[in-house]
Amino acid sequence: MTQTTPPLGRFGAYGGRYVPEALVAALEELDEHRAKAMADPSFVGELTELQRSYTGRPSIITRVRRFGDEHCGGAQVVLKREDLNHTGSHKINNVLGQALLTKRMGKTRVIAETGAGQHGVATATAAALMGLDCTVYMGRVDTERQALNVARMRLLGAEVVPVDHGSRTLKDAVNEAFRDWVANVAHTHYVLGTVTGPYPFPEMVRDFHRVIGVEARAQMLDEYGRLPDAVLACVGGGSNAMGIFHRFIDDSGVRLIGLEGGGDGPDSGRHAARFTGQAIPGVLHGAYTYVLQDEEGQTIESHSVSAGLDYPSVGPEHAFLRDSGRAEYYPVTDTEAMTAFEALSRTEGILPAIESAHAAAGAMKIGRELGPDALLLVNLSGRGDKDVHTAAKWFGLLDEGEAQG
Amino acid sequence: MSTQQDVSGVSAALAAAKAEGRAALIGYLPVGYPDVDTSIEAMLTMVRNGVDIVEIGLPYTDPLMDGPVIQTAATGALASGVHVRDVFRAAEAVAGAGASCEVMTYWNPVLRYGVDAFARDLAAAGGSGLITPDLVPDEAADWITASETHGLDRVFLIAPSSTPERLVTTTAACRGFVYAASLMGVTGAREAVGSEAAQLVERARTVTETPICVGLGVSTEAQAAEVAGYADGVIVGSALVATLVTAADRNEGLATLAQKAASLADGVRG
Ligand SMILES: Cc1ncc(COP(=O)(O)O)c(C=O)c1O
Repeated sequence: MTQTTPPLGRFGAYGGRYVPEALVAALEELDEHRAKAMADPSFVGELTELQRSYTGRPSIITRVRRFGDEHCGGAQVVLKREDLNHTGSHKINNVLGQALLTKRMGKTRVIAETGAGQHGVATATAAALMGLDCTVYMGRVDTERQALNVARMRLLGAEVVPVDHGSRTLKDAVNEAFRDWVANVAHTHYVLGTVTGPYPFPEMVRDFHRVIGVEARAQMLDEYGRLPDAVLACVGGGSNAMGIFHRFIDDSGVRLIGLEGGGDGPDSGRHAARFTGQAIPGVLHGAYTYVLQDEEGQTIESHSVSAGLDYPSVGPEHAFLRDSGRAEYYPVTDTEAMTAFEALSRTEGILPAIESAHAAAGAMKIGRELGPDALLLVNLSGRGDKDVHTAAKWFGLLDEGEAQG
Repeated sequence: MSTQQDVSGVSAALAAAKAEGRAALIGYLPVGYPDVDTSIEAMLTMVRNGVDIVEIGLPYTDPLMDGPVIQTAATGALASGVHVRDVFRAAEAVAGAGASCEVMTYWNPVLRYGVDAFARDLAAAGGSGLITPDLVPDEAADWITASETHGLDRVFLIAPSSTPERLVTTTAACRGFVYAASLMGVTGAREAVGSEAAQLVERARTVTETPICVGLGVSTEAQAAEVAGYADGVIVGSALVATLVTAADRNEGLATLAQKAASLADGVRG
């Protein structure tokens, strides 16, 4: 057997397509359709119009002066406000693109996995908007910590299926979504929620999120007359980070900094620090990338206060950016993230998603290192409505009785 | 070390069944469920009751091609402390009993063990090769090299959705046999095997001489007989694993497993 064509969709050594044969035809079909769609002015026009009139793009940037002065060593901190998008996070950028593709492919049903619930909410929203059937898989643990989003999805007409296998978090929801897809691929599109999975997902999802960095770069030049010294974003699978990083990759003076879920700390064994902990490259969910795994190749369960960062693997393009040194990745512990959550809320009146609070915590560290001359761009990937219960419990703000919930 | 020209144990078993004018019966069990010793005893029980080839499953944390029964067993095996190397012990035991085996494994445990080292140790244990549900030939350059070096079978899957082009390239990359997934879906018993399986085998026969075995959804003697009518081998997983999962204790499990295997063996023997 001769190997003639190079493996598809690689970022250096990372990426690829490690899937059951049953899915290969669908991945090829998807790749073909998205290539045609991205070159088709009517598709691009429709997506751009939805972004404007439905999502609310462009999202603004906000200078957070008191947060910078009081918590980031006086650095100038600017937030990219993906939290102002319809449905409350960056996830909608990708979902609208994939939902339009679903219709182009003539499929009538979408499925999704979700951790924090934001991707599930975005998918349920797009399905309602476009008249598609929708099923969302969510780990049982996550349905409990993100109960509000479960209700939102159901109100939007989606079926939410709690997953009771394994760690009962995002990883297991992804397994279940793949199982559904293998069985129903003829009429179902899997709206994967982040920049991982088999080719073409990592590239396609990044391309739908690129708009974040494209807008932010122009806005920084426009409002501050220069590029930021660093761009910071939290990294679960890595979609909001790839979205804001990508347009800056060629700007060699701009540091790209990803913040991972550090849980109880990288040495505790309870974390989601794929680039810091025991992770080494391997295969999970269709891609060759960094995976938290034991010495026998079994996946290790991750831990993070943030459901959206609680995932043992990471998008392959991040693995490439990390190895090549273009991007840096640091863990942020649960406590550091919640400290940043409180700081941003109290100084600016902005409740961030707990995921995004990890990026804010990164700004607190980097800002103190770089001092007042630094200009930091932080991707506020989502708002904290869904996390009010978790945060209130964390800070002990619930009245007796409610605290058990 | 064997060479490429050697015929694997599995190929010999498929040829022997063919000489008897029937399809071979391939039985799947995960190593380590409910514990390693019992799982090996269960594999030997299948062999004594008419299973021609044992498919030894390597339990994995994220078995996304498997339905609830096999996932339950895999999770149980991991919880009871199964190790990757136990698969070699199982292969040795099956080979020692005069039967042949393939290892069914998701790719990451092999990658972590080292592709060449895994192939070397499997060949040394008497295993014939690997069935890889989440590794398609397009990504298998290292495995193709290692399987050449160690004279192992490479069993890739084809599915009802496989395009004509992929049927050609995937079957060409296979050695030992081709695994035809009878339906679009994951492992688990089904009420009927369905017409897609026969059509897929028919399509594949026009592009390859390699034996074609059909799996996914086969659970009864009648279904085994039906599939044996058009395939070179009949692969049964969940229905066998279920005997162990639902049993009250070890002895009851092995006894029901023996009955199930014997009845499926009657099926392929018409
Ligand atoms: C607000 C928010 N930010 C970030 C993430 C993490 O995903 P990613 O790393 O793909 O941006 C999530 C995931 O649910 C999220 O809801």
